[in-house]
Amino acid sequence: MEFLTQIINGLSTGGMYALVAIGYTMVYGIAKMINFAHGEIIMVGAYLAYVMTSIVKVPIIVSVLVAIAGCALLGVVTEKVAYKPLRNSGSLAVLITAIGVSYLLQNLFLILFGSAARTFPQFMPSGTVSLFGAHITYVALLSLVLTFICTGLLLLFINKTKLGKAMRAVSEDRGAAELMGINVNTTISLTFAIGSGLGAIAGIIYGMSYSLINPYLGAMLGIKAFIAAVLGGIGSIQGAMVGGLIIGVAEAFTISYISSAFSDAVVFGILIFILLVKPAGLFGQNMREKV
Amino acid sequence: MSLLKAEGLGIQFGGLKAVDEFNFEMNQNQLYGLIGPNGAGKTTVFNLLTGVYKPTSGQIIFNGKSLLKMTPTQITQLGIARTFQNIRLFKKMSVIDNVKVGLHHSQNYSLLSSILHLPSYFKGEEAMHEMAMSLLRVFDLEKYADVKAGNLPYGKQRKLEIARALATSPKLLLLDEPAAGMNPIETEELMETIKIVREKFSIAILLIEHDMKLVMGICEKIAVLNFGTVLAFGTPDEIKNNPDVIAAYLGNEE
Repeated sequence: MEFLTQIINGLSTGGMYALVAIGYTMVYGIAKMINFAHGEIIMVGAYLAYVMTSIVKVPIIVSVLVAIAGCALLGVVTEKVAYKPLRNSGSLAVLITAIGVSYLLQNLFLILFGSAARTFPQFMPSGTVSLFGAHITYVALLSLVLTFICTGLLLLFINKTKLGKAMRAVSEDRGAAELMGINVNTTISLTFAIGSGLGAIAGIIYGMSYSLINPYLGAMLGIKAFIAAVLGGIGSIQGAMVGGLIIGVAEAFTISYISSAFSDAVVFGILIFILLVKPAGLFGQNMREKV
Repeated sequence: MSLLKAEGLGIQFGGLKAVDEFNFEMNQNQLYGLIGPNGAGKTTVFNLLTGVYKPTSGQIIFNGKSLLKMTPTQITQLGIARTFQNIRLFKKMSVIDNVKVGLHHSQNYSLLSSILHLPSYFKGEEAMHEMAMSLLRVFDLEKYADVKAGNLPYGKQRKLEIARALATSPKLLLLDEPAAGMNPIETEELMETIKIVREKFSIAILLIEHDMKLVMGICEKIAVLNFGTVLAFGTPDEIKNNPDVIAAYLGNEE
């Protein structure tokens, strides 16, 4: 049952990628920018949970909530301080700023915690369950379940609530939304808060799955999740989810059937392939340039 | 007190004075038209009134408040709504959701209650749905409620844009070429709709239009804009017979 085990392992890593990819895709949909600091937000989420549990020693549920709230706040503050002043300048300026924010956060955590990896506290008992003969760790199962729950709730929020409608309106036509009385700044802040909060959950899942965290963890995770978002079609939440799961499974298969050394190559190969064959991504729509 | 008053309003883009010394006044429940040749600055005036552009000179007073320092969102919430020359509906959203976006700031239920799905959320959501449906009924669009806005026929998209603007409960409605691209029958229908809207919602309407039959047919007074300034202002009959207007706008042969 090696095959099934690999699929489920892949899906659970993919779930983590999906949670991060949703952050990229939501921010792109509303603010029309790639937030390259998003990976670092996930790193901050993992560290917040680590600090709260291992140093401050509060109950697990409290540290999870602190991590989510802290990341949401960090996302909102980053947008207000770094991106909002550049909203009307070129996309290159915002992109470079985002890379700057990413290095700022990474180095800040290097100063605070050093480059040595820290042991992430045990949030749930280690162990496996057997499903159709495949052995799955509790963490993997949790990661998969959380991904589906979060994506489901998010889609419900976007499609059924007033604020969700405001978000869709802003993403389609910011100017027209403003003239319908929608506060665009609040809507953009909300988007960053939700995306970063989901990032915190991904950071905690990362800590639980790999049990070691270091200030660089967001870099590779962020890039892979970004590829997942592009694969799914950037701007589409369902796409980010499917893209994340595909990347996770592809990675798991490469590691177990070819070599772990090739896993990154395969992931980046997927990016090149999708950009050549279907640049808009699986769920993306081809946008015509306005003339 | 007048509802809307623009005094010496002007905006300059580089060296070009797109609108210059624009003076205009409107009262509640009046229906005025704004006409002028292409490039006269009509849409620019709308953009100034709604805060999309910031004027380089002059003053706008709406309902006793100056609009100069306000964002488009705040101006909409004060009671100015508009439609666009090139339809700007949220095309990927359903017809009813478009109207609900317009209702956005009129409903007061907090973020928390909507996330937690508290009873007040359901009440608010239900009331919102009812309001949106009744607005759609005014425009005969209720049977399209769940259709994607982008899939509506052109004339109906124009109507939906008016419905969406009305959802923001405006005191003044700005219509930017509502009849553009419509066939004569649709234009006829639109004239009726505008009349109904004005009676039913008792609001002031200012419209930009090139279709002279429509403008002359329904507007009480008309302002003619040429090179960014008001060339003439008066009743349709006065405008029709004004030699300046004829020269600048209608051409000499008429």
